[in-house]
Amino acid sequence: MSKQILNVKNINKEFKVKSTKLFSRPDPVKVLKDISFDLYEGETLSIVGESGCGKTTLGRCIAKGVEATSGEVIYHSDADKQIDYLHMDKQEFKQFRKDIQMIFQDPYSSLSPRMSVYDIITEPLITNFNLSKAEVDKKVSEIAEKTGLNASYLRRYPHAFSGGQRQRIAIARALITQPKIIVCDEAVSALDVSIQAQIINLLIDLQKEFGITYIFISHDLSVVQTISDKVAVMHLGKIVEMADVEEIFNHPKHPYTEALLSAVPIPDPNVEKDRIILDGEVPNPANPPTGCEFHPRCPYKTDKCISERPDLTQTDEENVHLSACHYANELHLKGVKIANEGNE
Amino acid sequence: MKKSKLFTKLAKNNKRFQKGDHQQGELAAGQKNNNKEEYYSSQWKLIWKKLKKHKLARVSLVILGLFYFGAIFAGFIAPQGTQEYDGEYMNAPPMSINFWDEEGNFHFRPFVYGLASERDPDTYRKYFVEDTNVKYPIRFFVEGTEYKLFGLLPTNIHLFGVDEPGQIFIMGTDGMGRDLFSRVVLGSQVSLSVPLVGVSISLILGLIIGGISGYFGKWIDVIIQRIIEIFRSFPTLPLWMALSASIPPDIPVVQMYIYIVVIIAFIEWTGLARVVRGQFMSLKNEEYVLAAKIAGVKNAKIIVKHLLPGIFSYLIVAITLAIPAMILAETAMSFLGLGIRSPATSWGVLLQEAQQIDNVALYPWKLIPLFFVVISVLCFNFFGDGLRDAADPYKKV
Amino acid sequence: MNTKEDFGTPLLSVEDLRISIQQDDHVLHAVDGVEFQIKKGTTLGLVGESGCGKSLTSRSIMQLNPKECETQGQIVYRSEKDKGLQHVNILDLKPTGKMMRSVRGKRISMIFQEPMTALSPLYTIGNQIMENILIHRTKNKKEAKQIALDMLNKVGISNEEKRFNQYPHEFSGGMRQRVMIAMALSCNPELLIADEPTTALDVTIQAQVMELMKDLQKDLEMSILLVTHDLGIIAEMCDEVAVMYLGKIVEKAPVKEIFNNPKHPYTKGLIRSMPKLGGNKNRRLESIEGTVPLAINMSNQCGFYDRCTQRIEGECDKQRVPNYQVNGEHSVRCFLYKNEMEENGHV
Repeated sequence: MSKQILNVKNINKEFKVKSTKLFSRPDPVKVLKDISFDLYEGETLSIVGESGCGKTTLGRCIAKGVEATSGEVIYHSDADKQIDYLHMDKQEFKQFRKDIQMIFQDPYSSLSPRMSVYDIITEPLITNFNLSKAEVDKKVSEIAEKTGLNASYLRRYPHAFSGGQRQRIAIARALITQPKIIVCDEAVSALDVSIQAQIINLLIDLQKEFGITYIFISHDLSVVQTISDKVAVMHLGKIVEMADVEEIFNHPKHPYTEALLSAVPIPDPNVEKDRIILDGEVPNPANPPTGCEFHPRCPYKTDKCISERPDLTQTDEENVHLSACHYANELHLKGVKIANEGNE
Repeated sequence: MKKSKLFTKLAKNNKRFQKGDHQQGELAAGQKNNNKEEYYSSQWKLIWKKLKKHKLARVSLVILGLFYFGAIFAGFIAPQGTQEYDGEYMNAPPMSINFWDEEGNFHFRPFVYGLASERDPDTYRKYFVEDTNVKYPIRFFVEGTEYKLFGLLPTNIHLFGVDEPGQIFIMGTDGMGRDLFSRVVLGSQVSLSVPLVGVSISLILGLIIGGISGYFGKWIDVIIQRIIEIFRSFPTLPLWMALSASIPPDIPVVQMYIYIVVIIAFIEWTGLARVVRGQFMSLKNEEYVLAAKIAGVKNAKIIVKHLLPGIFSYLIVAITLAIPAMILAETAMSFLGLGIRSPATSWGVLLQEAQQIDNVALYPWKLIPLFFVVISVLCFNFFGDGLRDAADPYKKV
Repeated sequence: MNTKEDFGTPLLSVEDLRISIQQDDHVLHAVDGVEFQIKKGTTLGLVGESGCGKSLTSRSIMQLNPKECETQGQIVYRSEKDKGLQHVNILDLKPTGKMMRSVRGKRISMIFQEPMTALSPLYTIGNQIMENILIHRTKNKKEAKQIALDMLNKVGISNEEKRFNQYPHEFSGGMRQRVMIAMALSCNPELLIADEPTTALDVTIQAQVMELMKDLQKDLEMSILLVTHDLGIIAEMCDEVAVMYLGKIVEKAPVKEIFNNPKHPYTKGLIRSMPKLGGNKNRRLESIEGTVPLAINMSNQCGFYDRCTQRIEGECDKQRVPNYQVNGEHSVRCFLYKNEMEENGHV
């Protein structure tokens, strides 16, 4: 097993809410509740869940784009040093900044329309390193080649590029500091199918070449299956299930995962689908349900689920398979058969 | 009210632009049209290109250019200086410029007739008739009163004039026998520069205060916004009066000018601060700002490199739309006697003479300065409209 | 799979539809000779990537395209329920005329991708549903309210009496899309145009909405034109599929035929590049190289030429590609099949 690179421990994030009453202060909304996981070098952890489950906030907390309320993120930097950077101040964190980068969902709003592509790509480089102009130019042309950008177009402005090319620019920007970890926040969701495939392949190739660790945030399970080693399923600010991708797809141990898997439309009319349709919608995080927070939509709920909150626990003796369900081992949930017969 | 609506529209369109100017994107993607200049153009070049296509804005820009040209070379263009007057010719009407004399002969050099004063036998009011016996040909680059070009170079050459003892009043004269055209041209120096200087001051205030308010938010924002609200709820007229009452009456013109500018800027900066704040608030949530943060860019640099360029187009529009308000403010203050005072002049001062109805009825040419105020305000507004359309990246003109 | 005879004449036939948009210094041929039929009670899926002209095509049926669009061709609508509309070319109707208004909202209705912007924040949803009913179905307010309540119930909104008086912001995304569907179906349309109806929704909610649409289609015996980029949704919802690329329909077939036996290189590429759930955990996807060109100054070249791996030089880049009939209902616009099948339809 490769070495650990990141330990996320008990991250919490609260958002203050504007009061509707004049003098009372409402409780803050908890968007992330005790999120913990370990990340190994060169692997891809996918974080899946529906909109509003906190996956984007988690990604931003880890990339230190927003401050988490409490918790630790321990980063194993090169010299086998372990540092908790979550509450480091900017000055101290500066030396590690280059190691953790991010790619965003919307290739239109993530590139400044007033800067040329060259300036966009070089910004992290110039901010974090002290390089001569020639060195910067060399780096840029390397990165442009790696990400499939035509180097002669770099003086153009982002409005001259299509969505797929813009996402390549965003990847080039994230990659130029040679980070160890990249948080990809729905990095391919806004793209067309044929372009999406190009970008996914690019991400996979880059990972192989540079040994980057990805935190891949997505709502699309078919993409997740293609790219990830591990999957964490989030529901209402909590991880409800986490395991290796084959394990979690083949034998889901949380009803929410099962429902997510069964809801994915399959592009094959020959397959007869036996779909679990969840009732209702994602509960309001400002007013979460009692007990297991999934119980209002759970087809298997019992009285215990309504009153008692399950913890994320290890459920399997051989594999790492965490689930936050009282009946993780009793329910035999239906998964999707996948086999690890990649081109490795 | 109208302004704020314009900005929401702008903001919306800008969003759309960032979301997906698909067609352009794909244009670049295709193999054809690969080297279109547009792709290398910054926002500014694109705005300029579109502005050039906006007819009304173009015409306005030319007129404003002429006005400012006139203001810069005012001493040269005006036949008379500020201090000059001629008691002989009080309230003289505009003179006609002739090419043909009364016998029908064509003169290559245009001329004006001399003025002869007569008295109305009933009212004993003095009035002027053209004396067709005396012709004064108009000459260019004539010598006249001394003045300093750009306030530096002493000279006495004027663009045009007539030989002594003739006078030329193409817009008539005022109650003290001063040439109105000269006064309008000289007055434009004040009337057209006050808004520019005023806008620069309020822009600096607005950028700093609005920027802080929008970028840092939270309690800073609350405090600044409440202060702005207090400023905005003062009734303007009494505020002007109070402020100008605090200016000593016998100070030099230059100092007076500075006071006026500061008073106007002091009232107008709140509007710009609001624009800046609103734009900062929406821009700081853009993903590219977050991306810069994650790249490790410092706050100050984020503001300068990412946020400011993003709001420049809004600012330019806000500024062009704030200028007319300032022209009107200066005019109003001077008109009420709160601003510039004689012998220094501005369009508002000139209009003071039009305060009495009988004055206007007998000497209608005294309203001519009003025409200049209206034209310049309109031009700024049209130009602002054109800029707004051009700055709207989604719109194809 | 039903055969053609079961459905009789098509409800809507689009013939040689061309939409061009005048831009600065060029004309964009956004839709270039599209034709398809929608049979009664069936679902036709229009699939393609962004910018392929699928939305423009669907909107032109409602005459909702912006003024800059110049539309040519025929959209023939054959209503069963309305004698005045037994055989009309929609494009001949005045966009704001009476006839068009009776088509729009009553016979054909539409749901959009973004349910938030499609509902007015100023009126209760009851009000907004009733508006359509009052225009097209009944003048009686009480009756209209009853129909609206039934409709809300039908789309799975419980506690409809209370929900009726609520405003859109009190509804979640999925609920809003249900309201949109209730609104669209309140006048028993014969054709529902759904433009990316579930794209903005989460998977679990998407599953709900898709299920709902299928149930309602059976109930109300309506036809659906489903515009989407998601082959998964196509596979689950549609009877027939038309694949669009660069303003043209490149392949058209019954849904099973498209997935089991795709012919056009673009269709094949699209199916292959789609990540699929289940099966191998295949670490690499097959992708279509390059990007969609812009439809300006289109030569006779096939629009897919630059990206195609099976292109025939001297042929695909020289001539307009005709439509070849593969079998019964399967047609494809590609020279690869010229020897196998006879030519059919417009060139």
